[in-house]
Amino acid sequence: MSANILTVDDSASIRMTTRIALTTAGYSVTEAVDGADGLEKMKAGRFDLIVTDLNMPNMDGLTMIRNLRQLPAYMGTPVIFLTTESDGELKQQAKAAGATGWLTKPFDAENLVKIARKVLG
Amino acid sequence: MDNLDPIAVFRTEAAEQLEVIEAGLLDLTRDLGDKAQIDAVFRGLHTLKGSGSMFGFDQLAAFTHHCETAFDRVRKGEAPATAELIAAVLDAQGHMQSLLDQPNGDHDAMSTKLLEQLQRAVGREAGAAHDAVLVAEAAAVAAAEPAMRTWQLDFRLPADAMINGTNPLGLLDELRDLGECQLTVDTRDVPALEEIDPRQLHLGWSATIVTDKPRSEIEDVFIFVMDDMVMELKDVTPAIEAAAEAIVAQKTQASDAEAIRDGQRAPTGDSKAQKQADNVRVPALRLDEMMDRVGELVIAQSRLSQMAGSVTDLGLRSVSEEIERLAGELRDTMMVLRMMPVASLFSRFRRLVHDLSRETGKEIELVTAGEATEVDKTVIDRLADPLVHLVRNSIDHGLELPEDRIAAGKPAVGKVTLSAHQTGSEVVITIKDDGRGIDRDRVRAKAESNGLIQPGQALSDQELLQQIFQPGFSTAEKVTNLSGRGVGMDVVKKTIEALRGAIDVKSEQGAGSEIALRIPLTLAIIDGLLVRVGNGNYVIPLSAVEECLELSIEEDLRSRGRSFISLRDDLVPFVRLRELFRTGSEPDQYQKVVVISTGRERVGLVVDQIIGDHQTVIKSMSKLHDQVSSFSGATILGDGNVALILDVGHLIAAGQQQEAQLRAAG
Repeated sequence: MSANILTVDDSASIRMTTRIALTTAGYSVTEAVDGADGLEKMKAGRFDLIVTDLNMPNMDGLTMIRNLRQLPAYMGTPVIFLTTESDGELKQQAKAAGATGWLTKPFDAENLVKIARKVLG
Repeated sequence: MDNLDPIAVFRTEAAEQLEVIEAGLLDLTRDLGDKAQIDAVFRGLHTLKGSGSMFGFDQLAAFTHHCETAFDRVRKGEAPATAELIAAVLDAQGHMQSLLDQPNGDHDAMSTKLLEQLQRAVGREAGAAHDAVLVAEAAAVAAAEPAMRTWQLDFRLPADAMINGTNPLGLLDELRDLGECQLTVDTRDVPALEEIDPRQLHLGWSATIVTDKPRSEIEDVFIFVMDDMVMELKDVTPAIEAAAEAIVAQKTQASDAEAIRDGQRAPTGDSKAQKQADNVRVPALRLDEMMDRVGELVIAQSRLSQMAGSVTDLGLRSVSEEIERLAGELRDTMMVLRMMPVASLFSRFRRLVHDLSRETGKEIELVTAGEATEVDKTVIDRLADPLVHLVRNSIDHGLELPEDRIAAGKPAVGKVTLSAHQTGSEVVITIKDDGRGIDRDRVRAKAESNGLIQPGQALSDQELLQQIFQPGFSTAEKVTNLSGRGVGMDVVKKTIEALRGAIDVKSEQGAGSEIALRIPLTLAIIDGLLVRVGNGNYVIPLSAVEECLELSIEEDLRSRGRSFISLRDDLVPFVRLRELFRTGSEPDQYQKVVVISTGRERVGLVVDQIIGDHQTVIKSMSKLHDQVSSFSGATILGDGNVALILDVGHLIAAGQQQEAQLRAAG
């Protein structure tokens, strides 16, 4: 059974790249445009992995992660956030918020799929 | 949206992003303290940098990175938003537009100037690039680590690891993937049943791992939980060099720990560096040179063992045997070095099939299998053209137009399958289509009208199908752009035979055709049968030899002028090599026949003596001998003499010709 992945990013090009990479690897992908949209979709569906950006309008990634860990259905669901090398402090905050791991931008399809495999176990 | 080019999407999005940044900056000129706008501008810069580097706009990403760093200070309240700063960022925003429009242009001077302006405005140097150095250092240390090591690993994950999405079982599986891994679980901290919180992780593990992977790869397993976990990783390799290694390991640990603490280590940087260290690109020419040397070594070695065999010096013999073993191993290693997966050959057909599909209006699906099969590099190079011909033929002659296929009850999309697999010392490459198959009546009519066969001549099915490889044969009703010029298939056959391979054709009317190319694994060294004709030694490739028998005097006398022997009720033509080579010396009393074959056709070669098995290192002959068709090369024997290697394909053709003449005559 292929895992369901929710990608949350305000950038259409990043969403597209992640979707192409993940669907090519056999996962099914749902997209959300920001943290608020992401939480809505999480409540409506069931996802095995969340891949999210941190800097987004409406609701940022940190707030979304904190909120989703409060949902019983998403306690223990892996959450990967996208970050850049300069975001050291942000990374700590994201982990404290309950993220599982991160992926450093710029990433390529291979890295993304590798990380997804790692956390999906 | 699926069909859009991500780069095009990025351009549109970046343009929007630049507009947002511009609008935000213009708003800020009116109200310097507007926090919402400062955040919006920062987010715009951040996104632009991140996606810019993803889609190859490196100059844009680098430049934006510095602007972002500068602006980050404003966002965090470390620097005031001044009119001067906003103006500087606005200038920078204009420059980003040109970086987006001409990603490969020379913008360095302008970038530097704008960044200086920006740095002055923000009052501090904007951003440094020492992170790259750190990553490179960590990678270099990782690459320098040696082979198999034993590691003792004790670890305890953070208690909330499972809530935060880490699956400990997944981590254990990753450890097992690294190499031989023995795990024991530590249950000391598991509380009494009534106190257990099932969401918390109470277990610890110890592992003994034997792996050739560097320390960093073991640590990478825990990369996401590293900061909050308890972990001890010790190199316990029982070795002499342990003392020296310990220093290296310590250094690695220090630099790795530092990199992780700074949060600047790319998660996969190490494994990438490792990959590069594991592969060395070598020009093919050097491999060929080395193959030559190994070939000469094998020859010299066989001379040595011949000499050692004729003396009673035990010491010399044991050295000679040792060298024989080493030379054999070296030869085998060399062979493997020259092997390449056929994937490199197959990959080029995607494009070809795509183009052909458009040219012909046929819908085609290309399926490839067995790409990992490895073949000698020379074989791969020489197979490319024949395969192109065969695939073109399958598509042009084999596959029908979609409407014809539907009428025939087949799916509209035609299927061409390219597959490879190894059987023994041969590689079989198959080109299969599910088209209309070969029309045997038309093949016969064509072959007859072109004078390739006699009208009404009895041919086996295979013989009939093999006619398509005859020079000047073509069944296409109209000459198309792709094939049907009557050149190609005979060239294919020649090339395959030059590689000492063979072609099998299978075809079922209406259901498709299958052409199988059987190619020897390597071209440089073959097993040969050494024979003597007069005073000369010759090598017959062993793969072509079917059997050896004696030519009895009665049979010899009986067949004079007819040159046929009866082999289990089958007449096999034979060629007297003595006559072919015009050997003057007296023939041996008992002549031998070596029966050789390529697939279906058999020919006997009459020789004076069969000497035996011979590991043959093939040397090509000089340009002067290009016209000599009976030999495909030469080799040097253990005693230093030269033996010529017989060209089986040519000799069989000569034998068959002789047979055809005799049949025509009588």
